[in-house]
Parts: sequence; C-alpha cells; structure tokens
Amino acid sequence: MEFGLSEDQKLLQESIRGTLERVSPLERVRKVAEAKDAQADDVWQALAELGVPGMMVPEAQGGMGMKLLDAALVSEMLGRFVAPVPFIATAVMAPIAIAGAGSSAQKEAWLPPLASGAITAGVAVAEVASGARDGAGVTASGGKLNGKSLFALDAAKADVIVVADNAGGLHLVKGDAAGLTKVALTSIDLTRNLTELQFDDVEAEALQSGDVAATLRRVIDAGRVLLAADTLGAGWAMIEQAVAYAGERKQFNRVIGSFQAVKHMCAEMAAELEPCRSLIWYAAHAFDEIPEEATLMAAHAKSLTTEVGRFVARTATEVHGGMGFTDLLGLHYWFKRIGLDRQLLGSPERVRNEAAALQGWAA
Amino acid sequence: MDLAYGPQYEAFRAEVRDFIAKNKDKAPRRQGVSRPSEEVIAWQKLLIEHGYAARTIPKEYGGYGAEPDILKSRIIAEEFAAAKVPLGIANQGVSMLVPTLLELGTEEQKKKWIEPTLKGEVVWCQGYSEPGSGSDLASLQTRATEDGDDFIINGQKIWTSTAHAADMMFCLVRTEPDKPKHEGISYLIFPMSTPGIEVRPLVTMTGHAEFNEVFFTNVRVPKKDIVAGRGQGWFVANATLKHERGMLGDPNQAGTRLKEIIDLLHEETVSGERLIDNPLFRDRLVQLQSRVFAMQFHGLRLLTASAKKEDPGIARLIVKLQGCELNHQLAALAIDALGELGVLYGNSPHLRAYGSWQHRYMFDLGLIIGGGTAQIQKNIISERGLGMPREPKPAKA
Repeated sequence: MEFGLSEDQKLLQESIRGTLERVSPLERVRKVAEAKDAQADDVWQALAELGVPGMMVPEAQGGMGMKLLDAALVSEMLGRFVAPVPFIATAVMAPIAIAGAGSSAQKEAWLPPLASGAITAGVAVAEVASGARDGAGVTASGGKLNGKSLFALDAAKADVIVVADNAGGLHLVKGDAAGLTKVALTSIDLTRNLTELQFDDVEAEALQSGDVAATLRRVIDAGRVLLAADTLGAGWAMIEQAVAYAGERKQFNRVIGSFQAVKHMCAEMAAELEPCRSLIWYAAHAFDEIPEEATLMAAHAKSLTTEVGRFVARTATEVHGGMGFTDLLGLHYWFKRIGLDRQLLGSPERVRNEAAALQGWAA
Repeated sequence: MDLAYGPQYEAFRAEVRDFIAKNKDKAPRRQGVSRPSEEVIAWQKLLIEHGYAARTIPKEYGGYGAEPDILKSRIIAEEFAAAKVPLGIANQGVSMLVPTLLELGTEEQKKKWIEPTLKGEVVWCQGYSEPGSGSDLASLQTRATEDGDDFIINGQKIWTSTAHAADMMFCLVRTEPDKPKHEGISYLIFPMSTPGIEVRPLVTMTGHAEFNEVFFTNVRVPKKDIVAGRGQGWFVANATLKHERGMLGDPNQAGTRLKEIIDLLHEETVSGERLIDNPLFRDRLVQLQSRVFAMQFHGLRLLTASAKKEDPGIARLIVKLQGCELNHQLAALAIDALGELGVLYGNSPHLRAYGSWQHRYMFDLGLIIGGGTAQIQKNIISERGLGMPREPKPAKA
C-alpha cells in the first residue's frame, strides 16, 4: 500500500517546474496575455522537448503511454506558472478520444504527430459536459457537421478538433476545414484560449470504435481532474505569494504576516487546499486503475478543488491588500486562471448534481 | 501509487477476519462510560494475546511485542470497523500515558504502570489545563513545593475527563517558579486517592458531566513519582500531546458518520417526500462527501509518509482543524435535514438516534476548542507549516 508519488513522478514534476521557471516567468505570461494570443509557442516547444505532448499517447503510436496521474502533475505545474500553453485538450483529452474511439487508421494518422508535438488538437465537448448555452449544439449527418459548439478548448490554432455531437457521437474535424468558422471568445483568463466553433456542412470523420459513450465520458472525466490539478497548482502559487508578501509588507511597524488575522487567512487557505491534492491523486488513480469509481471521483475532485480555489483566490488577493488588486503585481493572472478552471467542463453545482445521480440519489 | 496491500498483508487480513469471526460474540456490547466493564477487560485481554491491542508494546510490559507496522495496524482497524466490532481500550492511559512512559519513564515506572494500564485495571486522567491556562498551557500555576522526599501540590485543574472514575493522574505542576515558564514545569504521576484531592463534576452544554474540575490542597506526592526530571515537564507534555493530536480529527469517523447521514436522508420523509429527494440537502450531502473522501485519502497519504518515515510537513498539521470541523458540519447537516425533529433531546417522543446528532454537534464544538483550539491550530499551521512569523511577545509591564 503506497498512497503517494513514485520517484519518477516526483522527477517529472520537478523537471516541468524547472523548465517553466526558465521559459514561462510572469513577464513572459504577461506578454502573451497582452498580445491576446494565449499560446506561447516557445513555452510549448520547451515542454515538447520533455515529451509533454505525447505523454498520454500510447507507446504504439510514438507516445509515452503515461497515466492520468502523471498528466495531473503536469497540469498542477502549468497552473502554478499560469503557463500560456495548450495542454488539457491537445495532450490529454484529444489523445484519449482518438485512442479510445478511433479506428487503427485514425490512430495512426493523428496520434504520432500529436505525440511529437508536430500538430495540436482542440476539444469541443462543452455542451455535453456543462450543458448547451445560447442555442449551441452540433448535429451530424452524412459525414457533415452543422450547428455550433461553444467554449472549445485549445482549438484556436489546432490542426484537428475533437467534436461531440448532440447524440453523444464523436468526430474529428480539421482545423482548416471548409465551412468551419472559429470565433475567439475573450475570457477573464488570457493564458488559455476559448473558441466558438460554427459548423456549416463541415466534413468530419466519425470516431466510432468501441463504446463511444464511455470514451466521451472518459474524455470529460480526464479534463475535470486536470482542471482541478491546475487549480491546485495555481492556488498554492497564490498562497506562497501571499505568505511571502505578508512577510515583507510592514504596517504599524510590524510585518503584516505577524498579525494573527493575516496568519489565520493563510492557514485556512493551506488547510482547505492541501486535502484536495490527495483527492486529485485518488481521482487520477481511479481513472487509471479503478474505472468504476473514475467518474464519481473526477466529479468530487473538480467540485471541491474549484470551490476551495475560489476561496484561495480571493483570500490570497486580500492578503496582498491594495497591491493584490493592481495589474502591476500580476497576482490576478492566477485569480483568473482559477476562475476559468471553475466554470469549464461543469461548474461545481452541476458536477455535484451528476455525482448525486451517479449514486442513485437524484429524484 | 499502489493501493493494494500485497499478499503478505492480505494473509494478515485473513488472520484478522478469522479472529473476528471466531470471537465476535465475546465483544463487549457497551464500552462502559468511564471505567472499562468486566467484559471490556476480558475482551482487552483476548485482543492483547492475539496482538490486536497493545500490539507494539514490549512483552515485558504486558504488550504483544510486535514490530511496529503501520499497515498491519491499519488493517486491524479496518477489519474491526467493517465488522462493527469494538477495538481495545483507547482511554488516556493507554493512548497517552503508556507511550509517554515507554519513551521517558524509568524502568521501575514502566514495570509498575504499563501492564495494569493496558489491561484496563488502572484508569488514568490527565491534569494539564487550568482555569487560567488553556491555550497558554505553559503558564500553569498549580504549585509543587519540596518537603523532604515529597512534593506538596496546591492548585486546580480543569477539563479533566474521567477524573471522578480514575485511579491515577498524570499531571503538570510548577516546581521552579523562578525559571522561565517552559522550564519550571514537572510531570508527576500520583493516585487520585491521595488525601487533599477533590473532584467536582463539570457539566457541559450537552447536559452531561463529561469533564471535571480537580482541586489540590496540600497533596503529598513522593519525589520519585516524577517522569523525566525536574523542569522537564513541558518536554514530556509535548511528547504526550503528540499522541493526543493524532487521535483528533480521524477521517474514518467522518466516513462512518457520512454513511449514517446517507441512510437518514433515504429513510426520513417530510410530507411524504424523502429527504434525499430534496436537491438542497442532496447538494450539501455531496459537498460533504467530497470533503470526507479528501480527508480519507489525505489520511492514506499521511499513513504512507509514516510508513516511509518521511515528514509530511504541513499535510500533518491540518488534520485536527479540518477533521473536527468536518465532523461538526456532518452533524449540522443531519440536524438541519431533520427539521424540528433535529432539536429533540433527552427522552423526548419522536426522538431520532437517541438525540445523538445534537449531542455530537455540541460535543464536536468542544473538540474544536479542546486539544488546541482551532485558532491555536491555525497559529501552528501558519508558523510551522508556512514559516510565518510568531506573534511578537508583549512588552513586559
């Protein structure tokens, strides 16, 4: 019995941390955000050198065949550095969709270039994961897609996009397909892109091997666990910044970190957030090894971590006083990262409702 | 990550199950409120013989003498809980005094006290808190002055659970009033029958006398009944408190409580509607379920760290704060779901679960305050866990 990370996993996390410290400091993030281009190709390239794009791709298709727990450790680091790169969709959700429901030919066509980082993939499943807003929905008929999907992840520059239709089918659409219109959605978080996809008779390949509904479920479960891990990393980065600031800022001739009012805010943040780490580890482990628990645990990890994330984001900002409210300090990049994680792929209330239904508790 | 225990441990689990199946009808129905009953003492004897109680205490002191193995201890706890069979005695003598004597006692003290304590024959109480010394325990004022081969104790303790039923007390007293407060304290052990000790029950908000006040008037204790040495009491107490804090905030208790609430929400109806069909209660239930899972997995993480002798840092420091709060919130949900029924108490008609939800809701508040208040826990988390500055000492008047 060992509930913890292996030496390899600790090394993986440290190498991601080292790389991001070097290539994605706050000044770099700020430039990307100001350019309204949430994808820093140099940062993604540095991660590609570590094998990040192919970590979840099966070894047979040139990937590393790693586990969701490994991906969650990477996601935590990306959140910690508010890294402006595609990851959740391109490196995790899309490979799971293609490896799970693709034919041999589809796997051979798409997974090797995804693994090498030669191409990126987007994922459009918001209508299934969160429900349809503003009349969104995609219909599939005769190999063509029509309708629209909102909040597609990593799709702005993607070479290929995994799309879920209204009936729960999965499709692959080329990023430059005729009839596909991409509309950039501007969110509070300028470190990741969100896209509205409009389909007008767009040619699509169906992903239809095996149990497609189960694969779609796993795509969403994986995304939820990774968003939770992103919030865990971003939340701890905020706590550490709050503690450091409180240790320097003086008022009434004392560092404010010596006031219990401030110390207790920091203690509460840490006490609330740290158990989420164990829940995320377990949810990722369940995804890999205990499939019957995977969906429930992903829902719990997403819901609790993003609830705690909201508390940490506001509290850490308050510890910084007026400075926390400024653009100058840049703390708001983490605040907004956590804010986006919370809403994507099912907000806490929706996800808890699903958790209740899974256990037969819904009316 | 490997949540399987492996063949060696699964074999051990089978042994434990076998023991429980063969012996469960000997298990005591009631624990006995403050002193172990005859059947509890008999059960304890059986458990020690098989290594399911006092497992790692050396044989020469009446224990089973096994090598410490945290996974085996967990398997024992899991299997007894699953079978709803009580484990052995876990009073303050067994869980606090015994480990303290093992670590710091003289050979004579170990020989004399550990075995009868383990057997349930000797019951202990803890004399730490005083009316003027709660969170600031080291400011305690109960004095022990020298008189020949004895100390003479005068003063008062409070929050002393089981004092009315205990045979013995382990007690912090001030022996060196001129030294800085942490250096002037000694740890004494003495019989509660010593002349000059008066115990008065302290009724709490639950309506029960769960604690006592203890008054000392010229209580004579031989100097040899000190643990470690003069002025070492604070060090000894911290060794003991370490054992206590490990017990508060146990996530498995929260898991049991969650199951009871799930049953309650399914069984109780209001105006013909099951409570579980109310989306507001259902949402609160799922929120708390997330937290229970998180704390249970957090417990597994700490267990792994202990087994590997790693320091889990801040992860360990948050358990008392988060665990006690979670239990309290679980009781609150049960009360709210029961509506007016949730306030019934005592022997009222329509009472549910013997009024235990209200009792737990109130008693949990005591646990949030006791054993280091929530505010003291937050000081510990921020200072030791996050490295934040200590509160500046007030200027001397």
